[in-house]
Amino acid sequence: MTSYFNEMYHAEGLRDPYRWLEPWSADMPAGKRRAKQAEAEALFRRIGVTFAVYGEGGDPDRLIPFDMFPRVFTGGEWAKLERGIKQRARALNAFLVDVYGRGEIVRAGRIPAELVYKNAAYEKAVVGIIPPKGVYSHIVGVDIVRTGPSDFYVLEENCRTPSGVSYMLESREMMMRMFPDLFRENRIEPVDTYPDKLRRTLASVAPPKCEGAPTVVILTPGHFNSAYYEHSFLADLMGVELVEGQDLFVDGEFCYMRTTEGPKRVDVIYRRLDDEFLDPLCFNPASMLGVAGLMDVYRSGGVAICSAPGAGVADDKAVYTYVPEMVRFYLGEEPILSNVPTWKCGHHDDLKYVTENLADLVVKEVHGSGGYGMLVGPKSSKAEVEEFRARILANPANYIAQPTLALSTTPTFVDEGIAPRHVDLRPYCLVGEKIELVPGGLTRVALREGSLVVNSSQGGGVKDTWVLVD
Amino acid sequence: MLLTVDHVTNYTYDRPVRGVVQSHRLTPSRFDGQRVMDWVVSVTGGTMGGSFRDGAGDFVQSWTIAGPVTEIAVHVFGQVETADLAGFLKGHRETVPPLAYLRQTAATMPDVAIADLASAFTPADILGGAHVLSAAVSDKIAYAPGTTHGATTAAQALALGTGVCQDHAQVLIAAARIAGLPARYVSGYLQASSDGMAHEAAHAWAEVFVQGFGWIGFDPANRCCPDARYIRLGSGLDAQDAAPIRGISRAVGSKGAAAENLSVTVAIAAQEQ
Repeated sequence: MTSYFNEMYHAEGLRDPYRWLEPWSADMPAGKRRAKQAEAEALFRRIGVTFAVYGEGGDPDRLIPFDMFPRVFTGGEWAKLERGIKQRARALNAFLVDVYGRGEIVRAGRIPAELVYKNAAYEKAVVGIIPPKGVYSHIVGVDIVRTGPSDFYVLEENCRTPSGVSYMLESREMMMRMFPDLFRENRIEPVDTYPDKLRRTLASVAPPKCEGAPTVVILTPGHFNSAYYEHSFLADLMGVELVEGQDLFVDGEFCYMRTTEGPKRVDVIYRRLDDEFLDPLCFNPASMLGVAGLMDVYRSGGVAICSAPGAGVADDKAVYTYVPEMVRFYLGEEPILSNVPTWKCGHHDDLKYVTENLADLVVKEVHGSGGYGMLVGPKSSKAEVEEFRARILANPANYIAQPTLALSTTPTFVDEGIAPRHVDLRPYCLVGEKIELVPGGLTRVALREGSLVVNSSQGGGVKDTWVLVD
Repeated sequence: MLLTVDHVTNYTYDRPVRGVVQSHRLTPSRFDGQRVMDWVVSVTGGTMGGSFRDGAGDFVQSWTIAGPVTEIAVHVFGQVETADLAGFLKGHRETVPPLAYLRQTAATMPDVAIADLASAFTPADILGGAHVLSAAVSDKIAYAPGTTHGATTAAQALALGTGVCQDHAQVLIAAARIAGLPARYVSGYLQASSDGMAHEAAHAWAEVFVQGFGWIGFDPANRCCPDARYIRLGSGLDAQDAAPIRGISRAVGSKGAAAENLSVTVAIAAQEQ
């Protein structure tokens, strides 16, 4: 039986950061808890925070379950996480500028050339481009799991368009409305500065041809996108326009948005759209979601695109294994946060190990996300393991494997009362002129007893994440 | 050889369009085999947009045309002095790593027949092997205009056994990539000779990267390597990626795209010096 680190209780009893929450939760009889839970759900429903779940059918306007029991970090724990996350965000951006430039890390033999240049996410259309401030990935979502008091592992990064930050903001908002006393009794770092920091980050990477205060917009694929709520939420909070491809057009050297007062030049586009759909003249010609000619404007310095096209090559799951090497190579530092040991099925020896130990491992597709197409060995039936083995053997290079991590647990309200459930953490690192991180992030919780899969598409919920002022 | 190019592409729409955006790769490459003496691209009613030289060394120029319009002409006129370098792309400045050209696209996705074709390649002699591959493509696909279209994939063209330069080039690219050779699609012009051998004035061929030599052109449609009769414009992973003109029109109202009619005339003349 694996033992899991419980973030609230350890062998000596209650851990310090949860000191205030024990009496709070003890004072929560079932009736009150249910009433509060219903109140939270009604609020979420009213403001419209929903999450469409791919491939599960059912209610497309399903709410992500919200757990009222906060997840807490001390200021000291957070300080280390913050340094580690910023370090990785710096290294990842240095890597992107490098592999679209001279490729020093490849020449130095620190990462295989094929892994980078043959990668489907490597975009030759942007070779030679150094985006403003040398930033390709302006919002780096870092998925972190905890296995002990000071043991944190980075599971993966998302350098393109990490989603979920609206849940970080809404969860806090919800807790402050429902339990204002908690925020008077505890000194909790605020997270509501995020939209302002994001806006400043985006404005700081305005392109060379921009004159005056930059005009920033959010480009969304549209209301049918599962994260549409977040796109409109962030646009509201930042005070910028939310646009679809059809609201933008290219004229001469610039990109404009249609407004009631006529065309307005756009300087920075925070796109929540994959590279493939950005511009039918450069990428997928069938795309109706993008803006024709946008890439030529971008490549001639008329507009900034965030994240920059091509950023995806840094968050590929096979490239991930080299992030510690990037930290050493570009920054000359030792990585503060550890990677999860990873076997690459494309390597002969690794493949042998993986196929012999499938029942103990987690196997993921290199380009997969959202918890789809993965195998959690210890939680799968023999038949499921065998079916997955066949898939790996058919295309080994498409898979990586990792040990089943003993994800930490935090107390969670369940039908029977309070019980430990596994959690992870996704903070959002902003990279522009400065590198910033609001103290907090999205804590996802696997609500099913014993489950280690926290993805909202697989029955995960969210919690408010506290960083205490020490 | 001094080649004169006169190339007109006419777009007509069955009803007025609100505007057109185009991205052009219509300027000859700069390398030891060609020197541009004179070159003008004009677009009726067009505004020049951003221009730059991309990582592959291609000159890209974008244009926007404000509507409503029903007809647009893109006119290319110029003179290029060319030299026969036996297909070698010497002195061409580019920064895209050759390995980026090992990736297959939807148009070059190989099937068993293409893999078979690729097995003719002999890794012991890469340059010779590339010639063998190119010859094999020439043998397998007979020149027959009208049997394929713009969206025909390499696998479909090989199964058909007929096609035009685009099909020859894409089949060679698909096979070369299987053999581990970076390969790319090249668009350009060819001065059609009077002997009836050379096909298609607006032409396309393939380039294969050979370690130690660099990029080398192969034209399986004409069983040769590009020489002084060829003008190179730009390259890409496949025909679509290397297209000299990529454009899109915006419809008026919400009735969907207007039907577009395309006519192209190309005249390439050689002047004796």
